[in-house]
Amino acid sequence: MQFSEIWLREYVNPAMDSEQLGHALTMAGLEVEAMDAVASAFSHVVVAEVLTAEKHPDADRLQVLTVDVGSGAPLQIVCGASNARVGLKAPCAMVGAALPGFNIKQAKVRGVESFGMMCSAKELGLAEESSGLLELPADAVTGTDIRDYLQLNDQLFTLKLTPNRSDCLSIVGIARDVAAITGAVLQLPTIDQVTAVASTSVNIAVREADACPYYSGRSIRGVNAAVDTPIWMQRRLERSGIRSITAIVDITNYVLLELGQPLHAFDAAKLQGDIEVRYAKQGEALTLLNQQQATLQQDMLVIADTHGPLALAGIMGGLDSAVSLETRDIFLESAYFAPGVIAGKARRLGLSTDSSYRFERGVDFGSTRQALERATALILEICGGEPGDIVEVKATLPTRKPVTLRYERLLSVLGIPLERSEVSAIFARLGFVARESDGSYEITPPSYRFDIEIEEDLIEEVARLHGYEHIPAIAPQATLAMLPASGGELNRAWVRDALVAGGYQEIVSYSFVDASWERDLLGNDDAIVLKNPIASNMSVMRSGLWGGLLQTLVYNLNRKQARAKLFEIGSAYKKAESGYGETMRVSGLAYGAAQPEQWAAEERDVDFYDVKAQVDALTQGRAVYQAATHPALHPGQSAHVLLDGKVIGWLGKLHPKWQQHYQLPRSTVVFECDLTPLLAVKVPRYREVPKFPPVRRDIAVVVNESTPVQALLDSMNEAENTLVSEIALFDIYRGKGVPENKKSLAFLVLMQDTQKTLTDAEADAVMSNLLVLLKTKHGAELRN
Amino acid sequence: MTQHLDHILSEAQTAFAACDNLNDLEQAKARFLGKSGALTDALKGLGKLSAEERPAAGAAINVVKQGVEEALRARRDTLLLAEQERQLSSEALDVTLPARRDDRGGAHPVSLTLARIEQLFHSIGFDVAEGPEIESDFYNFTALNIPEDHPARAMHDTFYVDEQHVLRTHTSPVQVHYMQNKTPPLKIIAPGRVYRVDSDATHSPMFHQVEGLWVDEDISFANLKGVVQDFLQRFFEREDLEVRFRPSFFPFTEPSAEMDMSWNGGWLEIGGCGMVHPEVFKHVGIDSEKYRGFAFGLGVERLTMLRYGVNDLRLFFENDLRFLKQFG
Repeated sequence: MQFSEIWLREYVNPAMDSEQLGHALTMAGLEVEAMDAVASAFSHVVVAEVLTAEKHPDADRLQVLTVDVGSGAPLQIVCGASNARVGLKAPCAMVGAALPGFNIKQAKVRGVESFGMMCSAKELGLAEESSGLLELPADAVTGTDIRDYLQLNDQLFTLKLTPNRSDCLSIVGIARDVAAITGAVLQLPTIDQVTAVASTSVNIAVREADACPYYSGRSIRGVNAAVDTPIWMQRRLERSGIRSITAIVDITNYVLLELGQPLHAFDAAKLQGDIEVRYAKQGEALTLLNQQQATLQQDMLVIADTHGPLALAGIMGGLDSAVSLETRDIFLESAYFAPGVIAGKARRLGLSTDSSYRFERGVDFGSTRQALERATALILEICGGEPGDIVEVKATLPTRKPVTLRYERLLSVLGIPLERSEVSAIFARLGFVARESDGSYEITPPSYRFDIEIEEDLIEEVARLHGYEHIPAIAPQATLAMLPASGGELNRAWVRDALVAGGYQEIVSYSFVDASWERDLLGNDDAIVLKNPIASNMSVMRSGLWGGLLQTLVYNLNRKQARAKLFEIGSAYKKAESGYGETMRVSGLAYGAAQPEQWAAEERDVDFYDVKAQVDALTQGRAVYQAATHPALHPGQSAHVLLDGKVIGWLGKLHPKWQQHYQLPRSTVVFECDLTPLLAVKVPRYREVPKFPPVRRDIAVVVNESTPVQALLDSMNEAENTLVSEIALFDIYRGKGVPENKKSLAFLVLMQDTQKTLTDAEADAVMSNLLVLLKTKHGAELRN
Repeated sequence: MTQHLDHILSEAQTAFAACDNLNDLEQAKARFLGKSGALTDALKGLGKLSAEERPAAGAAINVVKQGVEEALRARRDTLLLAEQERQLSSEALDVTLPARRDDRGGAHPVSLTLARIEQLFHSIGFDVAEGPEIESDFYNFTALNIPEDHPARAMHDTFYVDEQHVLRTHTSPVQVHYMQNKTPPLKIIAPGRVYRVDSDATHSPMFHQVEGLWVDEDISFANLKGVVQDFLQRFFEREDLEVRFRPSFFPFTEPSAEMDMSWNGGWLEIGGCGMVHPEVFKHVGIDSEKYRGFAFGLGVERLTMLRYGVNDLRLFFENDLRFLKQFG
């Protein structure tokens, strides 16, 4: 909502400057989003009349003017504007004037003295571009300060109104609130009833009384629609951001701004038969004022004649019945449409009009007829014509139910002391009629307030008028209770810290990704698709995080980074049985050299086992890995990550085809795990620390290349030999002495008896049992 | 005899002193203390003496032997020390050589802010709650008193997944989930990603919010201001930071306010807040006569930008390592 401060001050003029007024509005919830001066500061510019105009003796394009600036002696001024002519009234900057960017001095222009400058709109800073002098009307009084004449000492206020304050979508409404906020006197324009000189022959039939509880209108015959809109009105419209169109349209817009009531004028000659307010029928269409062909839906309210829809009620008129410069007779409509009926319809048609914006939020149903009178009076004044009497159809208008505010409740919700007298005074300033009894106030809200329905609404009004800035900041008093601290659950921050400690940099990437990432990279053919994505490469919800990591990698490689270790913690989304499922994931990527380039280590590419170490760290060594294939991963270097027997994620080297696709010359290894299983840990149970030294024995066996080490470890661990405390692989060998397609695996076995020192014989027995096990289960041979 | 012994001692001292390494010293030692060394010979000579002469001679030999051993030990210590010093000096490093290096990881600045927010609120007993990002229309709007076709919906620029589901436009739905499952008193913050169909220099289609909620019997609007001010002062480590409330409108709170904080001589919008609307309490079955609550929503990127002086929102999602590494 944009408006001119001068206009507002005509209705309420508090003793404060523009800045203070702006602050007061903002602090009362009518946020001033912008405040722009209509014109920048300049002075000594007056209305001047050109008395004579002669060609400059020494310059073809210049004229020497004498101009009357109202001070008695005319001034000689050299002027280059082509529209300078005798009789023209235009602004003249006199000697001493300070215009935006330059000062006016007495000067010689090509040998001729010039005592000032005739001005264009651009030179006064009133327009970006202009050609020639700013032509003023013939009746402009010579010598008048141009700032006064054009009302340039004005500010354009732009309010960012919240949807509940539809009552402030008009100058009168804002004035009303300013009066309440500041206590200044409200002086609203008086609206007299126009005396009808004819009868309005149009019959109105409202078929939907709930949607349109009140409809009024009147004919005005014999108007001159081609007359110019008065400058004062043009100026107010313009300063409210509304373009002047024709006098009648301008008048309806003016009343809309002034009172907040949308009006519509039909060309009466285009109406066929009576007017009907009804819902659109299946298949009906209407060409709107903006030339848009609207296909109407059955929940859209229309104003129709016997021929069909004339206008989309409360949203926009139709082109065919619109007022033109040739229009002689009009039918002027002022109606109240229920917010729920208008809401959402304009948006569905891709529209937002001043009218729909107001009706959606609520228009004062108490002044519908007044607005009609106001517009009629202005039309008669400006366009002439003979007014018909008002025809109206009134059904049940909304009623404002009384709302009770308990004084005690008010104090306890706000948490501040507030005198009863102040509460009463606030209601009085708001113009609310309050009945006070038994420590409570009963308020019947006025028809223009759509936002006062419950006690809290009144509490907010009192707080607003009291001033939020006068409410102190007070620390709450509450019962202290500790938060539960689960011993079996790690904080999510732990996972982040572990990755940071491992040298990984966290990133945050978008949850919506390119559809191809889902389909091709992650093999998800059933991704969740957004209905209204912001861009095609952000159109589906990710089911995994690798796409974002790879994109980030490429982004950084393009910026000359040689290597990267990245991770992200975030949700992955999948369709589920009922609706959608989301899982928190932690995902990482390592690319390029395993370590930063340095003197102390040979450079090598990061590999599967580097990243596996990171996954081990995240799972505290509890993870188990099983070879498995994934569309994104190298088939021979990829694995499921299992925790407590459940697959929780993936680890693997990026498939060469993706490496090529993303143009990644060096090795890229990725992992991704569900986050929640990583956080579940057992509270440790104490076990006795052995008193006796452990015995270490090594065993080296030769097995088929294809036998996974894990299988051997599992077999040995499953044997559950009570003396064995640890078995670990410490060497792997291929080559001389080991047949082709075989590998030699060396394990260390730590043995321990809690009661005594182990004898050699006992240790030997354990080892030979293990060897037999490996032989029988895995065809292992003892390596000599 | 005595003279001969004295000679042995001085000879040994000279011989030992002449050794400049432990090997030579061991060989020199053999000349005096070895099986056929001079002192061993002298001891063997004792047998040729009479019983009367033997004790004195023996004692004299012992004195000399101790002297020789002492000289040997002293020389050995000296040589050992020298050897050690040689070794140490040969092992000297250039201590200015860079350390053996591994990568330095880092958390995303938005995570750092979230962690800080969680820490501060945790210190006064706020729990952390979460909710889905693909949210039903009911939780994102209806339960928050934003019925269909309410103008407030248009302000939200919502991403739709289907007719009934949206990408949550705020973290406020977490309030509803949480209140449905718990009974007051309640104190939570709900951090997370939120989404709006908006993308330009100052808007990202995805960003982070933290929702705060405190429901108890005696919670007031003044308390809301108290908690928010306390938080902002701690977050920015500025005791003089002031909070200003301006009336505003959110369908799920009333009274509602925009929160401004004092910053560089002006006021900066930092989020929205208000007292939980009775309609919201009704949706979750909390008696609004008995309980009151406040809720607030803070923009995490905004707080991060202010804390670190970041001037472009888009940096947070471009993930340029040269940017991210600054926050390590």
